[in-house]
Amino acid sequence: MTQMTMVTAINDALRSEMRADERVVLLGEDVGKEGGVFRVTAGLQQEFGEDRVVDTPLSETGIMGAAVGMALGGLRPVPEIQFADFIYPALDQLVNEASKYRYRSGGEYTCPMTVRVPVGGGIRGGHYHSQSPESMFIHTAGLKVVCPSNPYDAKGLLLSSIRDPDPVLFFEPKRVYRALKMDVPEEDYTVDLSSAKVVREGEHVTCVAYGAMLFEAVAAAEEVKQQGIDVEVIDLRTLWPLDADTVVESVKKTGRLCVVHEAARACGLGGEMVAEVCEKAFLHLEAPPRRITGWDTPFPYTLENEYLPLAHRITPALLETARY
Amino acid sequence: MEIQQSYPPSALPWGGDQEVFAVLDNEGHASASKDPRLPLALVKRIYETMLRGRIIDERLMKLQRQGRIGFHVGAEGEEAAIVASAAAMEPQDWLAPCYREVAAALYRGLPLQTYIDNMYGNADDTCLGRQMPDHVTARDQRYVSVTAPIGTQITQAVGLAWASKLKREDVVSAAYFGDGATSSNDFHAAMNFAGVFKTPCLFLLRNNGWAISVPADRQTASRTYADKGIAYGVPAVRCDGNDALAVYATVSAARARAAAGEGPTLIELVTYRLGPHTTSDDPTVYRDKAEVEEHAKADPIVRLRKYLEHQGAWTTEDEQRFTAEAQAELKGCIDKAENTPEPSIASMFEDVYATMPAHLAEQQRQCVEGPRAKKKH
Repeated sequence: MTQMTMVTAINDALRSEMRADERVVLLGEDVGKEGGVFRVTAGLQQEFGEDRVVDTPLSETGIMGAAVGMALGGLRPVPEIQFADFIYPALDQLVNEASKYRYRSGGEYTCPMTVRVPVGGGIRGGHYHSQSPESMFIHTAGLKVVCPSNPYDAKGLLLSSIRDPDPVLFFEPKRVYRALKMDVPEEDYTVDLSSAKVVREGEHVTCVAYGAMLFEAVAAAEEVKQQGIDVEVIDLRTLWPLDADTVVESVKKTGRLCVVHEAARACGLGGEMVAEVCEKAFLHLEAPPRRITGWDTPFPYTLENEYLPLAHRITPALLETARY
Repeated sequence: MEIQQSYPPSALPWGGDQEVFAVLDNEGHASASKDPRLPLALVKRIYETMLRGRIIDERLMKLQRQGRIGFHVGAEGEEAAIVASAAAMEPQDWLAPCYREVAAALYRGLPLQTYIDNMYGNADDTCLGRQMPDHVTARDQRYVSVTAPIGTQITQAVGLAWASKLKREDVVSAAYFGDGATSSNDFHAAMNFAGVFKTPCLFLLRNNGWAISVPADRQTASRTYADKGIAYGVPAVRCDGNDALAVYATVSAARARAAAGEGPTLIELVTYRLGPHTTSDDPTVYRDKAEVEEHAKADPIVRLRKYLEHQGAWTTEDEQRFTAEAQAELKGCIDKAENTPEPSIASMFEDVYATMPAHLAEQQRQCVEGPRAKKKH
């Protein structure tokens, strides 16, 4: 075990998988010599050379299109999009190409690739360095969407993603990148995709979160604990395909649901989760399910802590739901 | 022919007169200095595939008009650009098609029945009716699954070439695309990446004069499409796309460059789309019949047939026999495809992922047990 940040854990996962599998190739803007603007890929070009850790021209279209071709050609590319906010020029390749190859070719062609994407706010990044666009990709049939909340899961989920036979969008909450260290095994291990984790057991309210907001949900749960309310907190870890069973089972126990995400509310994953629970556990519900989310505004710079669904917004929602 | 790699632009083969490389005239006479002198058996195979493609196109157009298939994208007039280029590639090379190049897959041995099943989207269709007609996939022919958004296959061809370069395989990739695609994001990104990384790939630009209804002068202010190579440091040549021998010579020279590690080549295949964009298009709205008739004089099939006749390698009897056989084979394939059932409802939920996730299994069950399911199961 070594104490690692999420940055170190992801770097460790990439390094060990590149050593184990020569098909793994990294490409993106500044990922090579500089090791990425967040230093997630630091030192990898020195070890694996410029052919496997590739500084590309500044074009998300080119990065994603080339990565799709590499995957078709038998490699396991891991392209990096520098910020989630810059992913849109690559949408055609993700929505129409990477995610559809298996289906549209009847399984003749597949596109195993893991797109690493720093995501989310809380780093004073304003509209162009803070967005959480995960719902767009959840809405895209054929993609898997992952978002770890901590270094241990980040390594285990990334190794699962790279080995997965389908394209994965791997969202890395940059607010967590260096926020904490925890024990991470140096050896190989995986965390299964589509497996949510109950990180805190409770009887009164189910609170579902992921990524950076998991910590806000846990903080809010601790706070309401002082008022005698026991919150069960679930870390989704994989956003799609969804581990709905874990959420539904929890709500059958608590009868109450709060979903937290920093992405905008309308058509967000919270809405999907609420619908899922209503369809499968309606008669267990004791209170209206709640969504505590980013607002349906662009992401603001100065007021980002008012935009984000931080603990100060989650706490009253938990109390109201518990006392409904 | 030789493709120069060097600068300044005055040294480039397309500088100044912007010459279009050609071997055959419209009467099928080969220029003695430019004739690649291909084995006649090879030329015959190219010709037969071109002719077969034309026969298939004519029949499929009629089937669409009769309402028996939903859609067709023909290649009338562009057969040399498609078939001779595929012939000049090696069998292990990747072809990343646009949507008009099925004859390239047929040249490589795609069974006609597989193609016709795709036209009908039936249960034997490789992609199980998930795509419109002519969105073919042919893994055995290393022919990548067809996509409709313009240009996306061009960057993918760069990635395919990149993969073969990293794996140190003798595999070159070729992206087919039309003149309209030169305006796409992916063309720019692909040319740029290929130039920087010197990936072994060919950009086969079929300049057929029209992007649906938009002519070349509304697509670019460049003198030629080949000119676009200059900005990316990608050598580019213009070639008569209706001249199978010129296409073959140009593509095989570019393929040799790529295989030797000298990087990509942009080849502007100057041709003409004699037919509509697709069966959904009415070209009489935007272009004169006279223009089409003028271009029909350079029909690539006629030119290559005359060449073969001059060589004593093809006769009127050969033409009649081949046409009759191709039509009979096609009829058999159509009959079989029309008598093959639709794909099962359950199959709609397969191949979204390697393993079906729970939500799709649930939706599959809902759909299979749904109100319209009875007659299909």
